[in-house]
Amino acid sequence: MRTPTALAVRSELVGLSGIVERNMYLVKRYVWWEIAFFVWTIANTLTIVFIAEGVEASGGRLDVNRQTTVLLIGAVIWAYLGLIFEILTETVAWERWEGTIEYTFMAPLSRTIHLGGMGIFAVAYGVARAALLFGSIAFFFNLEMPRADYGAALVVLAVASVSFIGIGIMTAVLPLISPEKGTQLGFIAQGLLLVVSGIYYSVEILPEPMQWLSTISPATYALEGIREAILEGAGVGSLGHDLWPLLLIGALSIPVGLFVFRIGERHAKRHGKLKRSG
Amino acid sequence: MPSIANPQIAAAEPSTSTRPAVEVVALTKEFLRRDNRSGRFSRRERVAALKDVTFSIAQGECIAILGQNGSGKSTLVRLLATLLLHDGGEARIFGHDVFSDPRAVRRLVNRVSVEASFFKKMSSAENLGYAARFYGMTARETRARIPQILSRVGFPADRRNESMENLSRGMQQKVALARALLTSPVLLLLDEPTTGLDPRSKLEVQEFVRELRAAHDVTILLCTHDLAEAESLAERIGILHRGELLFLGPVEDLRRRYGAETLEEAFFAATGRSFEEEDPDETDGG
Repeated sequence: MRTPTALAVRSELVGLSGIVERNMYLVKRYVWWEIAFFVWTIANTLTIVFIAEGVEASGGRLDVNRQTTVLLIGAVIWAYLGLIFEILTETVAWERWEGTIEYTFMAPLSRTIHLGGMGIFAVAYGVARAALLFGSIAFFFNLEMPRADYGAALVVLAVASVSFIGIGIMTAVLPLISPEKGTQLGFIAQGLLLVVSGIYYSVEILPEPMQWLSTISPATYALEGIREAILEGAGVGSLGHDLWPLLLIGALSIPVGLFVFRIGERHAKRHGKLKRSG
Repeated sequence: MPSIANPQIAAAEPSTSTRPAVEVVALTKEFLRRDNRSGRFSRRERVAALKDVTFSIAQGECIAILGQNGSGKSTLVRLLATLLLHDGGEARIFGHDVFSDPRAVRRLVNRVSVEASFFKKMSSAENLGYAARFYGMTARETRARIPQILSRVGFPADRRNESMENLSRGMQQKVALARALLTSPVLLLLDEPTTGLDPRSKLEVQEFVRELRAAHDVTILLCTHDLAEAESLAERIGILHRGELLFLGPVEDLRRRYGAETLEEAFFAATGRSFEEEDPDETDGG
């Protein structure tokens, strides 16, 4: 005989599996969109990664293999973070477009599990796509990464993903508050996060206020840690200076994200914005 | 008909059966609306969508609420569905406060609205499958149940894997009914469920609602534009006009009170407006 608590936990876990299941159905049904978006991401990544060879061709002196890898890691993290933000923002925006938002929000599923399910799917799908993107471009450029510790890089990405989910939850509330402009505001948040995080350059070149912002951005530590793991072969044990800030930001960002979303949901319910037409 | 027993609902149900299924007392809801007549720097004003609405529904009863577009019908349904917060009064569903205990209420309630509302690229089986998970039902539990319920609402078996976008409005509405039934609600909120359907689909949906009531102790709140539908399905009929519940009672009492021979005449006598007219003060939130 199951206790009420065990039944409630079981129900929430089944609900979480429903969120993941639904997103898998959507990927399957919109597979040509997914392929087109992935091809666009490859093309976009190539335009950035070719910069290193372009600099050398115009007379600049640099380690092309290393610089290409630095740019590739930046582009892959940009694509990964973009996908996580997109999926989490779609928690509201896509459901409003399809018209299912009211049915999802009136289901007896806790918001934590609802958003957690979206986050878990986003990370799993994002890691798969990021690995495919990284592999494809590295193969195209015949990049050599003899010291790379891919396991350590994945650990950094996994820990950083907790923070990314927390921030993604905060941006997911934007379409709930502003049906017309919310999604675009989410893109702005993503762009601001990356511009201060040393996506294609060292954060040391940034103006001082931006450097301060870089210390509270999880993407800064994710990029540093992954670059160290891939370029220098740094193992998990020697990446503590990146992992500890990521753990701390992650521990704060999830509860803050849920709190912000809860406030946004109350606002939407108060003003009648929790509906299909916005 | 498949069993609608569900452990989630059993856990949320109250012990006493004498309590009304729905108790609404002085329920009030206002929305902010921009006054477009005041130009670019127009102020927002509060417009009442529901004003001190009070009623109750007995367990197993069906009541129909009639009203023009913008009268507050959908606002009432969305308040009871926990999709809106109120500005005054209270609402209880099987003893659970709708606004302070929404998760308990959500286990008891489901809804069929005028729009079928599905992921259009997904099939009916996929849409029902993930929706059932939100109510704690595993894939094993729904494997047999989804085909049973779809068949019960008259949905053809050979179209279960077809995208929703390829189905007619009538077919989509049948899937919406199946979705509501799948989660075993004890209170069903029907918000214009047959609007826009062809006559045959409309009759099929109405017949299914009758069968549902006959076979199970489901309480129904029906908001409709269709006077004949209200008269044939509901024990009591309410008239909601500009957010006020002007009347709620058996159809004979309604006719007698307004000295009318038909329901349409009674509606006109109560509101001073014909049923098809739209309320010019329609609010944007409901």
